[in-house]
Amino acid sequence: MLLFLLPISTWRHFCNQFWEEITPTLLEELYSMLKTRRILLKAGMTASCVAVAAGANLLTPRTVFAAWPKQAFSAKKYPEALHALNGKRKPIDSKAITVKAPDIAENGAVVSVSVTTTLPNVENISIFVPVNNFPLSASYEMSSVTDGFITGRIKMAKTSDVIAVVKSNGKLYTAKKSVKVTLGGCGG
Amino acid sequence: MANKMKIRAWVDNGKTTVKAIIFHPMETGMRKNKKTGKLIPAHYITEVKCEHGNKAILNCMWGPGVSKNPFLSFRFKGAKAGDSLKISWVDNKGNSGSSVAKIK
Repeated sequence: MLLFLLPISTWRHFCNQFWEEITPTLLEELYSMLKTRRILLKAGMTASCVAVAAGANLLTPRTVFAAWPKQAFSAKKYPEALHALNGKRKPIDSKAITVKAPDIAENGAVVSVSVTTTLPNVENISIFVPVNNFPLSASYEMSSVTDGFITGRIKMAKTSDVIAVVKSNGKLYTAKKSVKVTLGGCGG
Repeated sequence: MANKMKIRAWVDNGKTTVKAIIFHPMETGMRKNKKTGKLIPAHYITEVKCEHGNKAILNCMWGPGVSKNPFLSFRFKGAKAGDSLKISWVDNKGNSGSSVAKIK
């Protein structure tokens, strides 16, 4: 049993690396191609992704979702991170998003943040902390059955806003909440 | 293989709430070892995949800004009590782990 499992895990690891290098460019090309031809249907997009993945022998459930956005996570400023994740579109302030976080966080290493939204067809919820070395904390890709709700714990270097960016029906919406941090959670 | 995770999932009014904790150091790569003064290398979870049956329901993409021993909670519809929910993760060093829980 163990011998049987080991090659799969190594194979999966290889797949993951391969996937991260190849797929973003591939998907971008595919996306722009579809966009210019004005046939950007969500179902069609997914089907094409799966077809491409199947062709490359990489058919796993993760194919439906985008690959880990390395550029967005390594961006040092909030606008850069947002740009890398979502392109040039600017998010609109929305009252349909609630960011729940403590007013004062004693320990910046563990700040519980909860994002709830009543917006329809939520595709992605991302959480940013602009003062952190890497402002993008987490990005959650939702499927059609997932509610517009997510809770997580993030680190905060110092007092700042926690910004949530929600992608709904292809449009970006945002809301924020300021959190006072008395002990930073990113340094030594 | 480190594979420590706690998952709780239950159905209430047709919606399933999931709460999970993955035990992981989530090192940012910016922290110094106080004794040696050397930087502790970055070691954090990059992706967490949640599946109900064969269907992927949530894909979390995390950076080093997520706290140590990350907590995750979300809701989804369409599951029954007794269904299985699988959560699997991969970190930046290529380690991975997964756990399956029964929905209550």
